[in-house]
Amino acid sequence: MMTRREFLQVLAAAAATGFALDSKSALAGKAPPGYYDVPAFGNCSLMHITDCHAQLLPIYFREPNVNLGVGEAVGKVPHLVGDHLLKHYNIPKNSIDAHAFTYLDFEAASRTYGKVGGFAHLKTLVDKVRSSRPGSLLLDGGDTWQGSATALWTNAQDMVDACIALGVNVMTPHWEMTYGAQRVQEIVNNDFKKAGVDFVAQNVVTNDFGDQVFKPYVMKNINGVQVAIIGQAFPYTPIANPRYMVPDWSFGIRDDSMQKFVDEARAKGAAVVVVLSHNGMDVDLKMASRVTGIDAIFGGHTHDGVPQPVEVKNAKGVTLVTNAGSNGKFLGVLDFDVQGGKVKGWKYRLLPVFSNLLAADAGMEALIKKIRAPYEDKLNEKLAVTEGVLYRRGNFNGTYDQMICDALMKVKGADAAFSPGFRWGTSLLSGDVITMERLMDQVAITYPATTLNEMTGKTIHTIMEDVCDNLFNADPYYQQGGDMVRVGGIQYTIDPNKTIGKRITNMEIRGKKIDPNKTYKVAGWAPVGEGVTGAPIWDVVAEYLRDTKVIKPVKLNQPNVLGMKGNPGMA
Amino acid sequence: MNALRRNVLKGATGAGAVAVAVAAGLITPTRVLAGAPRSAFEAKNLADAMKGMGLPPATDSKDITIKAPDIAENGAVVPVEVTSSIAGTSAIAIIAEKNNTPLVADFEFSGGAQGYVSTRIKMGSTALVRAIVTAGGKTYQAAKEVKVTIGGCGG
Repeated sequence: MMTRREFLQVLAAAAATGFALDSKSALAGKAPPGYYDVPAFGNCSLMHITDCHAQLLPIYFREPNVNLGVGEAVGKVPHLVGDHLLKHYNIPKNSIDAHAFTYLDFEAASRTYGKVGGFAHLKTLVDKVRSSRPGSLLLDGGDTWQGSATALWTNAQDMVDACIALGVNVMTPHWEMTYGAQRVQEIVNNDFKKAGVDFVAQNVVTNDFGDQVFKPYVMKNINGVQVAIIGQAFPYTPIANPRYMVPDWSFGIRDDSMQKFVDEARAKGAAVVVVLSHNGMDVDLKMASRVTGIDAIFGGHTHDGVPQPVEVKNAKGVTLVTNAGSNGKFLGVLDFDVQGGKVKGWKYRLLPVFSNLLAADAGMEALIKKIRAPYEDKLNEKLAVTEGVLYRRGNFNGTYDQMICDALMKVKGADAAFSPGFRWGTSLLSGDVITMERLMDQVAITYPATTLNEMTGKTIHTIMEDVCDNLFNADPYYQQGGDMVRVGGIQYTIDPNKTIGKRITNMEIRGKKIDPNKTYKVAGWAPVGEGVTGAPIWDVVAEYLRDTKVIKPVKLNQPNVLGMKGNPGMA
Repeated sequence: MNALRRNVLKGATGAGAVAVAVAAGLITPTRVLAGAPRSAFEAKNLADAMKGMGLPPATDSKDITIKAPDIAENGAVVPVEVTSSIAGTSAIAIIAEKNNTPLVADFEFSGGAQGYVSTRIKMGSTALVRAIVTAGGKTYQAAKEVKVTIGGCGG
């Protein structure tokens, strides 16, 4: 057992290392000159952020090394990782962009280039882009109000205030809904209304009459060009997240009403029609092939940092499909050249937000400081030190979730554990301190109860097959955009190309072949059903971290993956 | 306007209230609109349900559209809309293939009514929702998969 004194020494060493390597001097000569000089183009510009998951301060975020495409998506954007992505987009190895868009050399590159995102740095970049593009708009694709301790503790108010200060013009939701329908309406009808922020979602209607709950779209005038921005909320919100939080609303993809609103906007004189979408990229790509008349889809949800849009052909033209990553790491800039009511040309950049390369905006910095002030002690509580890199993203697992599963099994006395396949959550480098804030980055949700259930082997298999189909169904419209449920104590073989019920085989629990009729104790968290009680996940993991003090490099519970040899979505 | 409409319906008696009750699945279609005999609704599989309705095997038709969610938000109330543009449509039956009793509803049309129904059905598991249309003495069909999932774990 480590003494308190030794523990403090480890903390001190970690802090020192972090500081030295994060400093600006380490960057000398590493960033290309004029990295953020983005020459203006055309006369109609739209900026896009998405899935920042309430990260107001700079953080680390590791991109996935497993992001498999199935069906028609095999080997296509966004299902390219590491070197495959670099090659496709002609990004030099070991460059600053290689670090921004891939997991390659994550730890060393993170120490070189420092943290990413942060609203004060993002604000500087937004203002810089805006100054060269008068009249441009900033679109927020959602998953903005959830993902941090302060967002949860302020009931999303911190992010609402920060987004208004950032200059967001139009927004569409997903995780926003987990604050409940009433809270969403309150923000839309008060804070946003007062600030002139439009909240749009064409695919959210009432259960009873199918009436639109929010404005389906908004028309904006950018330098004399009429632009329609149609909102597309996450279609499977009441399935992937608790139904009881939005009991009276129905979501879904709703291609037909999307087409209706595109046509309506065109009839009203829109020269440019764009969709601000939380579909996820595979769903956006399919939608772009079916719905006509959309110039561009600004996509999110699947957290894919896609350097250039995919041009999708459909019956009447071409639609650009983008995806702008997550955690405040990127700012998308799409410039249209519109002449005579028609789009004549476009240019797109997905700008990585490196906080060491962008001065903090003083106003935003002060706002963030004010937001955090009442919570600083709680946020900064030091729970443990990690010896290895902790991250979440990846189709099957990440080291952070593995640790959460370990914690659940240990604290709850379970045979196995499930942790949801969320794609948000920041990363930590080896030697970093796991503070309460960095723990909350992984678990800050409004339905945090932990559970311990008795499940038969057959039930465990059924659950895993069900979640797996949400990820690997060959038809994107049946995908929900999360990753595979993370498991602790369970080994398995998976063949993503098979169909539901047949993908997962050779299951073992604690090294023994699973018995379909035997009952196992399974721990989990984030139940979507109403009325489930249990200690919140942050209490369970914090207890484990305080006891363990030093987290040794975590052994990933890697499944045996079949049928994916040569798939460029796996490193 | 919408709130008003909702309140009016809440306070209404008679036809309005019955319509809402049907839409919410409170009254089963068998008791309201059934065209098919009871045995068809009690059939345990697709073939027996077809037999119970006295229908021959149906041919696929592109003139039938089924509007239903790709993934059900709540398996207990899945909204399904069927439109048949086949001339002389006289009946539309809705079948959820994997339900214990697959035949969910059978609507009859008379006097040249438009072949359109909108209802909510209950589904126990992922299955094809099949629309069986009778027109001019012939039987046509279309199907759409509706997934019923455990939920949770979304990005």
